[in-house]
Amino acid sequence: MTGLQKPELVCPAGTPAGLRTAVDAGADAVYCGLKGPTNARNFPGLNFTVAEMAEGVAYAHDKGAKVLAAINSFPTAGRTDIWKAAIDDAVSIGVDAVIAADIGAGAYLARTHPAQRFHLSVQAGASSVEAINYYCRSFGIKRVVLPRILTVAEIAELHSEIECEIEAFIFGNIGMMAEGRCLLTSYVTGQSTNMDGVCSPASHVHYAEDADQNLTTRLGEFAIDCVSCGQTTGYPTICKGRYDTAPKKGYYAFEEPVSLNLTKLLPDLMRAGVTALKIEGRQRSRAYVRAVVSAFRQAVDAYHAGADPDISDLLALTEGGKETQGAFGSKTWR
Amino acid sequence: MPPHPGSPSRTGLGSPGLARLLPPLPVFALQPLLGHIVASVAGRHPELFARMGEACHKHFLIDPTDLPVVLLLKPDPHRPELRAHNRGNTVGHDVRISGSFVTLLRMIDAKTDSDALFFNRELSVTGDVEAIVALRNALDDMDSTLADDVAATFGPFSRPVRAIFDFAERRP
Repeated sequence: MTGLQKPELVCPAGTPAGLRTAVDAGADAVYCGLKGPTNARNFPGLNFTVAEMAEGVAYAHDKGAKVLAAINSFPTAGRTDIWKAAIDDAVSIGVDAVIAADIGAGAYLARTHPAQRFHLSVQAGASSVEAINYYCRSFGIKRVVLPRILTVAEIAELHSEIECEIEAFIFGNIGMMAEGRCLLTSYVTGQSTNMDGVCSPASHVHYAEDADQNLTTRLGEFAIDCVSCGQTTGYPTICKGRYDTAPKKGYYAFEEPVSLNLTKLLPDLMRAGVTALKIEGRQRSRAYVRAVVSAFRQAVDAYHAGADPDISDLLALTEGGKETQGAFGSKTWR
Repeated sequence: MPPHPGSPSRTGLGSPGLARLLPPLPVFALQPLLGHIVASVAGRHPELFARMGEACHKHFLIDPTDLPVVLLLKPDPHRPELRAHNRGNTVGHDVRISGSFVTLLRMIDAKTDSDALFFNRELSVTGDVEAIVALRNALDDMDSTLADDVAATFGPFSRPVRAIFDFAERRP
């Protein structure tokens, strides 16, 4: 044993079968969302009815795992009842925590269900001691999910000064936008990542492949990327597109299609005092969930036991076949 | 311009050589089997349709690029259909998903992640992306796999069919 605190492995599920897959693969906790705009993965065919989430809670608890309900998009005027109802439903079926970002939703949760554990979503973008402690004192949050903009050293400093647990992303999709504040999809499609839960809604995505297998990706009326035959591609999001800019043509002006992979930083994160390690990907398949959760279960257990795990297979599941440590490794990233 | 959902298109453009070299198949002979498969899967998993929502009314063209046929799926909960068409015929559809037979098999057997297949260009999608995302997520919510269910429809021959699938999936 290394003497390090063993962190909780928090894993994604977009469907009930995905939840069972994550639990069976070794998740300590599974996060998932209800159908509708109340969570940040509001895609067709994805998410849970209240009854399905209740069954998921029973399944997870039976196997010693937790369920965290992501109600982490931002209500707009005139429809706050949808978010309040989602919070009431999640609490009523016994989820272990509600993950919320909006201060109105958070205030409702803290006031109406004071005994319910509250995790502050990454969408809140809280990255300073002052901001996090404000949420702790005002809403009683027990955990903050950190934005993906901090180095491990900065996380360690935060840990010594904040009044709640830290959850950090370790694998999956990563964007450079200030989390919870990206308006690119809204600008192009009129639907909002933050208020409707749809980053690049599928209804606005169009792919076209020519006879030479060159692939053009459009979001709404805008071409956002074109890759030639044999080139890898990524999610159809504006931030991962390539553009003709003044200095460069075909340039990833915002961010390259690449996935976060902090396998090699896991011991550092554990030493920094991170309580929970989060895998992104509620929109991904059971095959992804099974592979990634199993690999990180082995990795966390191995590092905790002082061994060196081999999880090289994860590269095949990354966006664009590429991986990065993002800002966690160095601020020189992008 | 991207293909317009619902527009008819000819199948087979840009597909590998083997599929083009094979003579047209008597696809009518496949219809009873395909009808049995789709009815059986629909009967076992009625929850699929609720998860698919409006996508139930779309037409999905499934294009195994190395085979001489394509499949047209209409997942209507009241009258689901799966029909084979010879490659090169004009087949109206809303969305088309293309990949090698083994790639498509691995996907419906939950052996590999469809997003990763797409990132690596082993899988391509044109047309109504919303519909294919709904279908993918609905199929992914099955505790069994679609490949298992297809094998099960063969009754006493289900184990040999499953073994053939396993053999095919192990191919590099």
